[in-house]
Amino acid sequence: MDLLQMKNITKLYTENRVLNQVSLSIKEGEIHGLVGENGAGKSTLMNILFGMPVIHSTGGFEGEMLFNGRSFLPKSPEEAMNLGIGMVHQEFMLIPGFTITENIKLNREKTKPTFVSKIFGERLEKLDLNAMAKDARKSLDKLNMSIDEYLPVAGLPVGYMQFIEIAREIDKSKLKLLILDEPTAVLAETEAAQFLDIINKLSEMGISILFISHRLDEIKKITDSITILRDGEVVKTIETSEISIADMAGLMVGRNIEMIRKKKNERNAGDEYILEIKDFKVNMPGERVKGLDLKVRKGEILGLGGLAGQGKIGIANGIMGLYETSGTIIKNGNKLPLNNPREILHSSIAFLSEDRRGVGLLLDDSIEFNIGFSSLEVQNKFLKKIGPLNLIDEKKIREYALKMIEELDIRCTGPKQHTRYLSGGNQQKVCIARALTLEPDLLLISEPTRGIDIGAKKLVLDTLVKLNKKLNMTVIITSSELGELRQVSDRIAIIYNGKVGGILPPDASDEQFGLLMAGESLDKVVN
Amino acid sequence: MIVPIIFLILGVVGFLFTGLPLKFLMDEMVIRLARNLVLVLSLIIPVITGMGLNFGIVLGAMAGQIALIIITNYSIGGGLGFLLSIIISTPIAILFGFLVGRVLNKAKGKEMITSMILGFFANGVYQLIFLVFAGSIIPIKNKSLLLSSGVGLKNTVDLAGITYSLDRLIPFGKYPIATLLVTLLLYLSVNYFLKTKLGQNMRAVGQDMHIAEVSGINVDKTRITAIIISTVLAAWGQIIFLQNIGTMNTYGSHEQVGLFAVASLLVGGATVDKASWKEALIGTFLFHFLFIVSPLAGQNLMNNAQIGEYFRVFVAYGVIGLALLLHAWEKDKSKTSLSDI
Repeated sequence: MDLLQMKNITKLYTENRVLNQVSLSIKEGEIHGLVGENGAGKSTLMNILFGMPVIHSTGGFEGEMLFNGRSFLPKSPEEAMNLGIGMVHQEFMLIPGFTITENIKLNREKTKPTFVSKIFGERLEKLDLNAMAKDARKSLDKLNMSIDEYLPVAGLPVGYMQFIEIAREIDKSKLKLLILDEPTAVLAETEAAQFLDIINKLSEMGISILFISHRLDEIKKITDSITILRDGEVVKTIETSEISIADMAGLMVGRNIEMIRKKKNERNAGDEYILEIKDFKVNMPGERVKGLDLKVRKGEILGLGGLAGQGKIGIANGIMGLYETSGTIIKNGNKLPLNNPREILHSSIAFLSEDRRGVGLLLDDSIEFNIGFSSLEVQNKFLKKIGPLNLIDEKKIREYALKMIEELDIRCTGPKQHTRYLSGGNQQKVCIARALTLEPDLLLISEPTRGIDIGAKKLVLDTLVKLNKKLNMTVIITSSELGELRQVSDRIAIIYNGKVGGILPPDASDEQFGLLMAGESLDKVVN
Repeated sequence: MIVPIIFLILGVVGFLFTGLPLKFLMDEMVIRLARNLVLVLSLIIPVITGMGLNFGIVLGAMAGQIALIIITNYSIGGGLGFLLSIIISTPIAILFGFLVGRVLNKAKGKEMITSMILGFFANGVYQLIFLVFAGSIIPIKNKSLLLSSGVGLKNTVDLAGITYSLDRLIPFGKYPIATLLVTLLLYLSVNYFLKTKLGQNMRAVGQDMHIAEVSGINVDKTRITAIIISTVLAAWGQIIFLQNIGTMNTYGSHEQVGLFAVASLLVGGATVDKASWKEALIGTFLFHFLFIVSPLAGQNLMNNAQIGEYFRVFVAYGVIGLALLLHAWEKDKSKTSLSDI
């Protein structure tokens, strides 16, 4: 019998359809794998299942869910928990200052009534620490964990924390379904192996498991069946034994891309290197770069891809010196200073941030000022000298802005319009215009099409290709969308765990990309 | 641990210069501890709930003073007057605490500055009520409370009726035995409270609001409860404080309450996110030790009591500034640094 059935789930965030007619069912005691790229809709699906408030505050969802044969529409995580659904989140939900026992029994503490509580109510019942510790011990024993249940969580190895999270879930007596959101991402290999053993054990105890992971080999090894999501739709639901890892990777990544790529010989990439990065580390929270080596050829478009959190975003931010960095950056034979954005801008490097509205634009200033201000600040362009004063040459900026607006086809009411009121695509073009004003020979651009509608996406990408061809500008484009990288890049480096996992040509197969993103080594991928 | 040691050394060195007999000092300390410990206690629960140092206890002090004004108006004194003022102040403090809690829930992460400004704002309302409304809109029976114009309360309210009503309930010379017993009882209650389910919820909220929320704890409600308890304790603390002093500065007694209580707690080695009864006790002792010693030491060393007085104020603000700085520094240290990658 199916423990959980989700039927035709559709979820819209404003106009954006993040889930489209998704159906999923899990049998009792089964381990079910859920696979998909970032943005495929996995988290939204889990949020719906877990009754997270974010779903209901954005208009709910369409579709039907059955749990244990009964209709099931959780309005809060508590409701889902009460029915026997547990979740181990990707980031730890443990309180560091509490002991293991306190964490396992968090908000389900055992209490005993006292004189005071009889007057003032249950909430003033005293904690029964001994009974709590006994319960915790029982759960830990089920996981073969011999650790002292009175130890504080702070300072424990991450592997232990993961197990404590699971101990907390199985301590819930009614647990029927356990959702594991990328549980092995933080584990070392031996820990991961131990972890998988325990998952098997739980499944034997009759608990169904929904296992979300990017590590396809784990999915293959442990699950009974798999659902693959892509762009908010179910691509395939299949028994694990009937599909290979390569096919999984292909289905996960594959898109019908309209190949607008030019032929190789039209490109002007030489063999010279414009940029060399060695042992590069960037301390960008959530996107750390951990000792990366990369060489960029003069005149090429290099794509940086990979899953979220693996560090691809950190690279451009690190080169610009926006986060603490170490290592070596060599451009055209010269060593560049680290952590010095001004010097980097002087070295003919321009950067378009992934945070367009936050870092990229002065939202409450005019288009013309946005286009001019970087070079005004860094290169003293657009200034006129009157006596001892440097004043902004409004006329020059206006002329230049009008030229850029025409060249890049920025749709606006005029150069005086504030950038806040432009559409995403046009905002991005203003950013590009500003970068061009700096006359860079190396352009770093991150997530160029994020939050931009499909029509405008193509325009932005075309602009990049045009710049690359006409001005022989080297472009490093960082994107979560593999599809767009494959459209414009000459080479694509997949970043995994803060390092280059491998570099592939854009016409490599879906499987190869998928496997690299899942952390397989390049040799294994190519063979 | 370093902060209380520094203050102990400062105090002891200062004491050597005062030439005061030890017995006098100890007698004075006992009285001051009895007077202040409950006010300092009122800060502990918000710290544990992760709301930092609750400068909003000024509102609790106001609640206490409102109750004292009411009983003075009806000329009720003695033990009955004291008990009545406690009873009257409690619902007022609960209301104030609820309002402060609601505001602080809208300002998560900025509770300290918000509660401090709330104290200033409430002070304005308090002045409006007792300077303008009292005698005009609010009838005042006891005319000796009012200014000669008949509108507004006098700057000082004589609390002769309830002076020492708790301190000397159990007669033992000048020692406030009953007050110390009540204080002990309140400390034990808070300690008990922290071991209950609600106390555990507060600790969880204090450590990580998000995790508490996901575990099904009602974070906002827990935080409001913490502030209500803090405000009620502050109201009681202020009444205990004033029954010992014997007069009330209508427009000033409550103003310094937050500052001095916070400084006491911090001197004891507490931080913005860690405090217990031990820090409250040690800190109150050391802070008032220095309070007694510094003007006299200043007088003896530099022939100027003002120097000591200056030092005292400097210390009170300085220790708060230092504690906040240390806290920010600790937080910064816990971030991942480049060498960890």
